[in-house]
Amino acid sequence: MSGRLLGEAAIKRLLERVLALSKADQTEVVLESNDSALTRFANNVIHQNVTERQTELTIRSVIGKRIGVAKGNDVSEAGLRRIVERAEQIARYQVENPDFVSLPGPIAVRKVEAMLPDTLAFGPERRARVVGIICRRAREKGLVASGALQVEVTELAVANTLGVYAYHPEAMADINIVVMADSSSGYADYFTLDASQIDAEALAREAVDKALRSVNPLDLKPGEYPVILEEYAVSDILDFLGFLGFGAAAVQEGRSFMGGRFGQRIMDPKVSIWDDGLGEGTMPTPFDHEGVPKEKVEFVSRGVANAVCYDSYTAQKEGKHSTGHALPLPNSNGPLPMNLYMGAGTATKEEMLAGVERGIWVTRFHYTRHLHPLTVAVTGMTRDGTFLVERGEITRPIKNLRFTQSYVDALKEVELIGRETRLEGGYFAYNRVPALKLPRWKFVSATEY
Amino acid sequence: MKDLAARALDTAKARGATFADIRLIHSRQESITVKNGKVEVLAIGESQGFGVRVIADGAWGFASSGRVTVKELDRVAALAVRTARAAARVKQGDVDIGPPLRTVGRYQTPFRIDPFSVSLEDKIGLLLAADEAMRRVKGIRVAESAIELTRENKSFASTEGSLIEQEITRVGCGIEAMAEGNGDVQNRSYPNSVGRHHGCGGYEFVQAQDLPGNGQRLAEEAVALLTAKPCPHGVTTLVLDATQLALQLHESCGHPIELDRVLGSEASYAGTSFLTPEKLGAFRYGSTLVNITADATLEGGLGTFGFDDEGAPAQRTPIVRDGIFVGYLTSRETARTLGLASNGTMRADGWNRIPLIRMTNVTLEPGDWAFDDLIADTDEGVYMQTNKSWSIDDKRLNFQFGTEIAWEIKGGKLGAMLKNATYTGITPQFWASCDAICNRSHWNLWGTPNCGKGQPSQTAGVGHGTAPSRFRNVRVGVI
Repeated sequence: MSGRLLGEAAIKRLLERVLALSKADQTEVVLESNDSALTRFANNVIHQNVTERQTELTIRSVIGKRIGVAKGNDVSEAGLRRIVERAEQIARYQVENPDFVSLPGPIAVRKVEAMLPDTLAFGPERRARVVGIICRRAREKGLVASGALQVEVTELAVANTLGVYAYHPEAMADINIVVMADSSSGYADYFTLDASQIDAEALAREAVDKALRSVNPLDLKPGEYPVILEEYAVSDILDFLGFLGFGAAAVQEGRSFMGGRFGQRIMDPKVSIWDDGLGEGTMPTPFDHEGVPKEKVEFVSRGVANAVCYDSYTAQKEGKHSTGHALPLPNSNGPLPMNLYMGAGTATKEEMLAGVERGIWVTRFHYTRHLHPLTVAVTGMTRDGTFLVERGEITRPIKNLRFTQSYVDALKEVELIGRETRLEGGYFAYNRVPALKLPRWKFVSATEY
Repeated sequence: MKDLAARALDTAKARGATFADIRLIHSRQESITVKNGKVEVLAIGESQGFGVRVIADGAWGFASSGRVTVKELDRVAALAVRTARAAARVKQGDVDIGPPLRTVGRYQTPFRIDPFSVSLEDKIGLLLAADEAMRRVKGIRVAESAIELTRENKSFASTEGSLIEQEITRVGCGIEAMAEGNGDVQNRSYPNSVGRHHGCGGYEFVQAQDLPGNGQRLAEEAVALLTAKPCPHGVTTLVLDATQLALQLHESCGHPIELDRVLGSEASYAGTSFLTPEKLGAFRYGSTLVNITADATLEGGLGTFGFDDEGAPAQRTPIVRDGIFVGYLTSRETARTLGLASNGTMRADGWNRIPLIRMTNVTLEPGDWAFDDLIADTDEGVYMQTNKSWSIDDKRLNFQFGTEIAWEIKGGKLGAMLKNATYTGITPQFWASCDAICNRSHWNLWGTPNCGKGQPSQTAGVGHGTAPSRFRNVRVGVI
């Protein structure tokens, strides 16, 4: 076993020791071990190069209907005792939570291979080699590259006194690049289980090309325009839909756009959105932070609101079963999707451009924040390549625009959906998304570049 | 601690580091959240670890670990040097941090009541009382109240001879009521929204907020918002309360004055800054009323400390004087580019992160106005209170903010309540339109606990002193 991993046998012994120390009615222990490294670059040089290794335990003790949670990263015998005792001590101080029924019982978890040797061995020298290529390609064109390349090795394990036991090791890598000229910028990113698949030349080419094509942007009057959203921008839409609407707690508390609309058409019939921790082309997640296997949950099926995801607490409130979407504790927001998908269509980007009389091509969004949970009204900026489309062609770069747009409304009418999907790491989840062509998007102001 | 630190520094030097520092940290957190009468979160966390930062072959390296053993110190110090050497393969010049900095000192957050000594029953009791006050109001669907405490004990040592011990204690609390009805949901928060109000100090900070005493008013406002008029669209006079102004200051002044951001180090994440070096001392940032200071020495501020994470002492730095931009937040390395010394703003989010330039307490100095006089002096406009949403472009120019609640101002009086209020602008134009700032009796030092920056991401607690202020010709109601 690599020095970067604790290994399943050692972790299992540790979890069993915690459960043996517990005196509560029910006890759950979650172990997260992390060995990560990140090479960050700016101005065509590596300016930050960091590594981190730690193991953290979260223990949930249940005494009757009283629950205490304690965390710590001291995994010595004394450290384990201290965390267990602390969790039980604060459970005794708690007031009863009548909605709590039980920790989940054991359900078989599927093993998923997510630990590739090449990713595990991707050290600082190989990270520097990738970054060196990107900086060189930018410099050759008189541009400035910035970004970050991260390689992360994690082990997640959950056990409880009802017999739950689950263990999942994973190694993943991701890179993002912004290439800038004086008046423009371009972007590329990539998320993968296999670090050897990072194609520095291709990523540099994409970001450099976009930066060169968006030099000297012109003003465009804000207003409502048809848009073609690249996958980077569509990922943001899924982020907000998932965070604000697809978790059971949001529905139970009356703050989800899904509430009271199950079975009704809420989006274009071409739109299907689901979560699948074991789906193709995502960062696989076989179980949640309660050790419950991930179920595929179809949130929007051909435009119709279908379902939301649950953890054990929100499921028990409705007499349902958990879909395996519990988040790490402490958490008062409830369950959330972590592996979102939007179904692909059939269109190429060239087909999306055809027929646009006057519209806007958006590479990605920046600093988006929601204004209202029920409409998923969001404001944000465009960034790293915004273009005017005229008579079916990209004709010129434009200065970045601010939009204020309901994401739910935007998906009520979708002209075309891209036939390719791309994996993106969003704020909250991994999102596998296509590009979209939408008939209208509301831009409200412009910036100076 | 001193021996462990010396061991790591010696290992780094033996491996070829020309400079090294180490932070050994033990931190403790306590979180309590009451939601609809139930204690949904009661959690205590503890974390220990160390991070070694080095310069080798003229480049930076950093490694960290949560296992505090001699063997791990040796491994991590050697790994820090290896990462620096790898970074040196993609460099254009050697890192220059200026003349050696040797600081020996000790600092402890002053407090009257140790927040960790107050019983859990007392804290839960306070939150349940606030929760009950909110839920007494018909129409409240979710009531949430919370207390968060953090204590960080930090030892710092460097190969230049610095040796510093610090204990920073942070406290935070807040309540939030969500009303549902009329096909709408609306939230109100107190004393501040999104992460609540925090400061450095003791439990007296929590007591001073009087959460139970504000629960009913807050809940009534949330319910009233359900049937309030939407904020009208147009260009008008805008009066901001102190909490919203704190976030305005944070996004449109605090971030763009971070010199590492200005020099491009954050370009791939939240972006760069319009406040480029040639503007220093010459650029009109705001009206002549606008005076902004970064002050890490203010009592009780969330950005208050004794020494930064490079060992520089806490300082007070002018940022905007009479409307002219005059200062940046700097580190040892970035200050060299301007021929200056660090003004002590490098902070790391724990043992496993490198220090970055972070806001300290970036404050707008108070003006002369009493709040009632300011409203009476305003013929027409909108008064907005408590942040709800925030967004700004990647050079910190075009912003849009939303607030939880607003009121019409007509004929010098506050009128009808407004919901879904937003305003937008361009940073220097907005601050140039500031024509009134309230006086010190309305000024408060707000704490923002969730300032994000860096890759891997880091969260910092920062402070902002503000008083209600007035801005002319602002575009409102953009939704």
